[in-house]
Amino acid sequence: MALSPELCKKMYTDMWRIRLFEEEANRQTSLGSVVGALHMYCGEEAVAVGVCSNLRDDDYVLGTHRSHGHCLAKGAESHRMMAELFGKATGTCGGKGGSMHIADFSLNMLGANGIVGAGIAPATGAALASKLRGTDQVSVCFFGDGAAARGTFHEGIGLGALWKLPVVYVCENNQYQQWVPRMNVAVLDSVADMAGSYAIPGVSVDGQNLVEVHEVAGEAVERARKGGGPTLIEARTYRFYGHSLGDEEQYRSSEEVDEMRTNHDPIQTFLSTMMEQGWLTEEEDTEIQNQVKDEIAEAVRFAEESPYPTPDNVTTDVLAPEQEVA
Amino acid sequence: MMRTLTFSEALREALHEEMERDETIFVIGEDVITHGGPYKVTDGIAERFPERIFETPIAEAGIMGVGVGAAMAGMNPVVEIMYMDFVTCAMDEVVNQAAKMRYMTGGQASVPMVIRLPCGVGRLLAAQHSQIMESWFMHVPGLQVVVPSTPGDAKGLLKSAIRSPDPVLFFEYKRIYTSTGEVPDGDHTIPIGQAKICREGEDATVVAIGPMVQKSLEAAVLLEDDGYDVEVVDARSLSPLDTETICESVSRTGHAVVCGEDSSFAGAASEIAAVIGENCFRDLKGPVVRVGSPHVPMPFSSELVKHVVPEVPDITEAVSRVMM
Ligand SMILES: Cc1ncc(C[n+]2csc(CCOP(=O)(O)OP(=O)(O)O)c2C)c(N)n1
Ligand SMILES: [Mg+2]
Repeated sequence: MALSPELCKKMYTDMWRIRLFEEEANRQTSLGSVVGALHMYCGEEAVAVGVCSNLRDDDYVLGTHRSHGHCLAKGAESHRMMAELFGKATGTCGGKGGSMHIADFSLNMLGANGIVGAGIAPATGAALASKLRGTDQVSVCFFGDGAAARGTFHEGIGLGALWKLPVVYVCENNQYQQWVPRMNVAVLDSVADMAGSYAIPGVSVDGQNLVEVHEVAGEAVERARKGGGPTLIEARTYRFYGHSLGDEEQYRSSEEVDEMRTNHDPIQTFLSTMMEQGWLTEEEDTEIQNQVKDEIAEAVRFAEESPYPTPDNVTTDVLAPEQEVA
Repeated sequence: MMRTLTFSEALREALHEEMERDETIFVIGEDVITHGGPYKVTDGIAERFPERIFETPIAEAGIMGVGVGAAMAGMNPVVEIMYMDFVTCAMDEVVNQAAKMRYMTGGQASVPMVIRLPCGVGRLLAAQHSQIMESWFMHVPGLQVVVPSTPGDAKGLLKSAIRSPDPVLFFEYKRIYTSTGEVPDGDHTIPIGQAKICREGEDATVVAIGPMVQKSLEAAVLLEDDGYDVEVVDARSLSPLDTETICESVSRTGHAVVCGEDSSFAGAASEIAAVIGENCFRDLKGPVVRVGSPHVPMPFSSELVKHVVPEVPDITEAVSRVMM
């Protein structure tokens, strides 16, 4: 998709929505309103937004334990996501899923996932479904660099490549796997290099640069849609926060984090580009940020005022409601 | 002499002492060096035994398979699965490889490995980080399943598990890692396959698993007010199961309640209840009742979780019911 000022403004807004949504969720955790694990996506916004800006509403997305960004970029509503984090009945999953399991099937967002690497084969399966139904929907699977070590990576991509399915595999290589630096437990630095094993294109891209991600993903999505089969994209990125909240981050230096936050913030990088191109004025920038701030404040209000699920919900959704047998 | 330790400290001590004693023991798992694992059980091992601890990529099937192979080749691996839910990613290695090797090879193979499994609810991590699959593994011949409920038992059982010539699934309830208790000094071991009578009583037997032991002891105190003298038995080992201790107690009291945190449906408590039913029928004065969670995945919302995880009132209610 060619870059128009409108699209750029939308992408810029989407990145701010992710950033502010999470920073607020983080704050709500310290207040005790949000419970459970919160895996912050901040710092990686350009990946979700750069990829999803190439997708149609009916394309499929599957995510990870770190998926607030993927959900929001696919169009999930911030107030229902916030309610989910609060464990409320109005949440995207009625309070049953929480941060690690947010899904919105009305948007073909088939779910975040608590199991590392678990989305790769299912994304391949959703692509198989598109092919079988004869639609031209594309599936995208986001996963971390850690997931590339799992058998599901090999098996899932292997099948996608074998059947030339319309799927794009997006590895978010943020160089850490929970508390372990990637290169302590990996031999290959670049996950893109693994594409050769499946005879599909593998591309490495600067995940802090929205324009680059958008372009690389655009090509991959188009190839998939036209029947050219899968692509493996590695977005080199960085998470600004610890693995999840409460992480003391003894495995990396604060200088490293500061350097990334200061010089490789995807939002600031894109802002500079937009300013240089004359796509955004300072007033518009302020307006966008204020508008997103209001939206997130509204999301918190909605979550706070929403009811908790009632005890009878404990046993619903295990199986489909009983249907009358004709 | 006794010392007071937390559950995770007791496990850590057992690991250190065993690794000191036997050079074939090694630790393998995710984040076991950089962070000492999520519950710090492997803390300090990298400093003391740098050659015998392996921090892995996220590759449960690989980790488990490496454990099986090394065990068959004479080593004693202690495998850490970060959360037990992820053991499902390595089921072939546990069920078709580790469990069946001795039998299939006519007794040639030995797979002396311990699989450590942090389980159950912790800090509201929902359905994929909260499971308790005791009965899954009880159902597989060739595996042993142990569930300590106190720091002392944790240490003693882990040592025995490490010394066992066959695979042991070692359940560590996340909720009790920080609980404290007395641990005897010296080479403290507890044989696998022995239940423990934690409190003697005459009117009813509560057989409990893991954290339900402590809750059952609390329930027993409350039940004194109702005039019930309750015996509490900690199952400790689910496979092999100490049928003798459990059935002797139930035959004496005439009433039985079996408590586990897992879903009662086809759970560990179900097997125990069946064993009691078969062996103690003529001494029973009431039905054998299970206390456990409903047959649902673990929800996220705290408001739902509190209706899933069984607590003390569920036990007192069950005891009162069987005594009626
Ligand atoms: C199969 C499995 N093993 C282990 C875990 C525990 N775990 C959760 S996130 C994580 C690290 C994932 O690293 P990566 O894939 O690089 O994603 P990132 O967190 O860096 O986004 C681990 C080990 C898990 N959820 N699933
Ligand atoms: Mg990573």
